[in-house]
Amino acid sequence: MIVTIFFYAFALLTLGGGLLCITRRSAVHSAIWLVVSLLGAAGLYLQLQAEFLFAVQVVLYIGGIVVLFLFVIMLVNLDEAAKQRQFNRQWLVGLAAAVLVGAEVVYFLRSGMKTFQLPAPARTALITEGNTEKLADVLFSEYLLPFEIASVLLLVAIVGSVIMAKKRI
Amino acid sequence: MLTPISTIHYLIISAALLLIGTLGVLVRRNIVVILMSIELILNAVNINLIAFSRHHDNVNGQIFAIFVITVAVAEAAVGLGILIALFRNRETVLADEIDLLKW
Repeated sequence: MIVTIFFYAFALLTLGGGLLCITRRSAVHSAIWLVVSLLGAAGLYLQLQAEFLFAVQVVLYIGGIVVLFLFVIMLVNLDEAAKQRQFNRQWLVGLAAAVLVGAEVVYFLRSGMKTFQLPAPARTALITEGNTEKLADVLFSEYLLPFEIASVLLLVAIVGSVIMAKKRI
Repeated sequence: MLTPISTIHYLIISAALLLIGTLGVLVRRNIVVILMSIELILNAVNINLIAFSRHHDNVNGQIFAIFVITVAVAEAAVGLGILIALFRNRETVLADEIDLLKW
């Protein structure tokens, strides 16, 4: 029962925060609602017993990416943009496309609903071992090469963003 | 159908969040908000991956979610760097005013 209540509370945070994030006029308000949405998603991760990803979500997304967004909002003058129209001229087409994709997704979820109705199996191995240990085991053995490639990607992103934001190279 | 919570509930939440993010990318003019919408889309993907990781009791989905987060960080950093360079040159952050390559 308590699991159900928490699920719907987190789902409300995620979806409500997301909706408010894309509709607010001020970019700072959007960033704050993005934090609410990301926190709701972090709660969903916790309910799915992904404790390590919960921590990563809070520390990296909310503590890293949203703060980066707020820094850029402070650097870039958004007052002029806030006074103008917030939605582009094709917003009706965009809404129609989103509704169409939504109808498609609902159709496929309904036809496949029986398969996913079962609650997930109870975890036995992970209770003794812990989520982080198991993740680390797999990440540093089976996925070692993708892990290294991801670190190269981050290095490239650092160099790229510094070059992009610099006045004179 | 409302209880108990099963995988399909997470899939519905994920699909709804994906649609909200798509809508944000399609209709907003402010590039900062468009980048935030992309973060929402990547979060929807992560919820999906972790729900299936739980469904199959297999940790590989969570590993993939870590890689998705890595790519999201790289994308946000480079995107915001481009935004700063763009604002320096064009004095605008509205996506439909940047139309040099449009015919």
